[in-house]
Amino acid sequence: MQSTEAKTKPKAAKENSKEHPSGDKRLKVLDITMKRAQYRQDALIEVLHKAQESFGFLEEDVLIYVARKLKLPLSRVYGVATFYHLFSLKPSGAHSCVVCLGTACYVKGSGAVLEALENHTGIHQGETTSDGQMSLMTARCLGACGIAPAVVYDGTVAGRQTADEAIEKVKDWLGNH
Amino acid sequence: MDLAELQEIGEKQRTDRPSIRVRCCTAAGCLSSKSDAIKKSLDTAVKEAGLEKEVEVCSVGCMKFCGRGPLVEVDPVGKIYEMVTPENAPSIISAIKGGKATAIELDRNHPFFTRQKPIVLENIGKIDPEQIEEYIGVGGYQQLYQVINDLPPAEVIEEITKSGLRGRGGAGYPTGLKWATVAKMPPGQKYVVCNADEGDPGAFMDRAVLESDPHRVLEGMAIAGYAIGASEGFIYVRAEYPLAIERLETAIKQAKKYGILGSQIFESTFDFKINIRIGAGAFVCGEETALISSIEGGRGNPRPRPPYPAQEGLWGCPTLINNVETFANIAAILREGAEWYASIGTEKSKGTKVFALTGKVNNNGLIEVPMGITLREIVEEMGGGIPGGEVKAVQTGGPSGGCIPASLLDTTVDYESLARVGSMMGSGGMVVMDGATSMVEVARFYMEFCRGETCGKCVPCRAGTVQMYHTLTKLLKGEATETDLERLKAMCDMVKNTSLCGLGQSAPNPVISTLRYFPEEYLSLLKKESLNGKVAVSS
Repeated sequence: MQSTEAKTKPKAAKENSKEHPSGDKRLKVLDITMKRAQYRQDALIEVLHKAQESFGFLEEDVLIYVARKLKLPLSRVYGVATFYHLFSLKPSGAHSCVVCLGTACYVKGSGAVLEALENHTGIHQGETTSDGQMSLMTARCLGACGIAPAVVYDGTVAGRQTADEAIEKVKDWLGNH
Repeated sequence: MDLAELQEIGEKQRTDRPSIRVRCCTAAGCLSSKSDAIKKSLDTAVKEAGLEKEVEVCSVGCMKFCGRGPLVEVDPVGKIYEMVTPENAPSIISAIKGGKATAIELDRNHPFFTRQKPIVLENIGKIDPEQIEEYIGVGGYQQLYQVINDLPPAEVIEEITKSGLRGRGGAGYPTGLKWATVAKMPPGQKYVVCNADEGDPGAFMDRAVLESDPHRVLEGMAIAGYAIGASEGFIYVRAEYPLAIERLETAIKQAKKYGILGSQIFESTFDFKINIRIGAGAFVCGEETALISSIEGGRGNPRPRPPYPAQEGLWGCPTLINNVETFANIAAILREGAEWYASIGTEKSKGTKVFALTGKVNNNGLIEVPMGITLREIVEEMGGGIPGGEVKAVQTGGPSGGCIPASLLDTTVDYESLARVGSMMGSGGMVVMDGATSMVEVARFYMEFCRGETCGKCVPCRAGTVQMYHTLTKLLKGEATETDLERLKAMCDMVKNTSLCGLGQSAPNPVISTLRYFPEEYLSLLKKESLNGKVAVSS
């Protein structure tokens, strides 16, 4: 487990070295974030954001690592990680497609876009295709109501989407679907 | 730095730049339509035409008419182009020298623009949000300088109280009173918190302000800090707004560099630093006690009030929490005076309100209107009505608000009138709906939202929203009976009156308001045999 490895790190390893003692660069990123926050417990959400950014999702080991470092009970870290919608405890697909379900998008037909995507990919919102290629998600509101309905493909917002357009965009991501 | 130096920076900013400015909107909406490519294309065109000395291309924040974006404005020529593409961008530059632009020109005298009264949005779309000098150039940070040097904290609060400004987060609590309460608490650690957790679906006012004029919010927060005796502030922003976060970070860094934020602001004894806290997607965090708990790094669970955050907030210290738009009003009020601000609006609702006008309406975008304007003026004149149809309802206030039917479009927009018709000001989302929209479906949509967003701490909200959602689904499937409808109404009452925080207390509002104005839609969905030919509902 990373946390024990961290404790037994060799003295020779400098704080500034690019390598984390465990050999995992992602943990190094996390260490820097926590150090910058002076290991303050109220920095938990910020640290979890960084962890998710580097690891893609919050695996149990990472939660344990963060809990130890910030001297927080694991239950507290787990509680926070599961409370917020943006944190995911499951790995996400290589590509992501987020359909905005805000009111403006909804009255302009984002429900139909989502339904078409669900039918096309065979997965429901919040799920990842079996080949791990694509995750289908929904957002409460992107605040891009002027271009409703909006869909985010791999972090890029696209406005005025139709069901056909959306399927066209995700087609290439899918393996044998 | 003193006032003369500040003004000098502003003056230099105004005089040193080329006389013609081509402004390209790079706020989230237009950016998603590739407005960064348009900016590049404009830059190239200026270079190719050798106009670098006369023409400057700059990226600005939201230019309001989001529905027609990406927008490009040529100043001082006074032309706005809509739906610009990178391909037709060069023609805008050649049009400056007498050519013809291939992009469509937007009518500046459209009611969408002329009916607006910009106070909060006065700089939006006009200045580059990533350059502090531009904000200083339009008089920014002068109010902060002046209050620190000339105005005792009590007088700042007095001025805000006299202006009649009320909290723009939705509930409309008098801002001056809130400030005075925190100021009266014993000296010691106090905090200023800016609520930028704009969770209302269908609202993007705060996002636009943060992305387009972040320094305005920082200045308002610093003035508040001075007035209440706080030396630290937090901005709690939604993680869904990455561009807003980025621009706020830039703004804070720049302000610190100039000695406008941090310690000894303007070489005075006043210290004020601002931290950014990023949310993680939870609507309930817009509620002030939940927001506090989230800043402290915990789950966003609200707690009962009192004690109010003004008494016991962040880490148990007195805390002032205001919304983005409230802080954005402060500098303008101090600059123009409380009387000026109080002269705008209605008797009890002063000033202006920013709305995000969206949904099935011809012109959608960001509007700032004086309080007291009617919904009809907003939807039909500014919004240009509904494409090929009639307005059925206007939804204001998001999940906490309600649907106002077309017959009540003459309702004026102020805190009291909206509450009287069963809706609320809310943070400012305004979604227009047409005849094709099923109101029961809309009620279910909001209930689905609240069901997913409840923090689960109190039972009425956790279980009530789920039950209401199921009953509405049953109705839509045509499986509900009269008893279900009665139960739905009873649940509305129960959840509204027994929930712990604002989320639960207002969650039934969309159901209550649709039941009140569109009872026939509910009735028509009841199982036929249950009606027995009589009209069962009288709402």
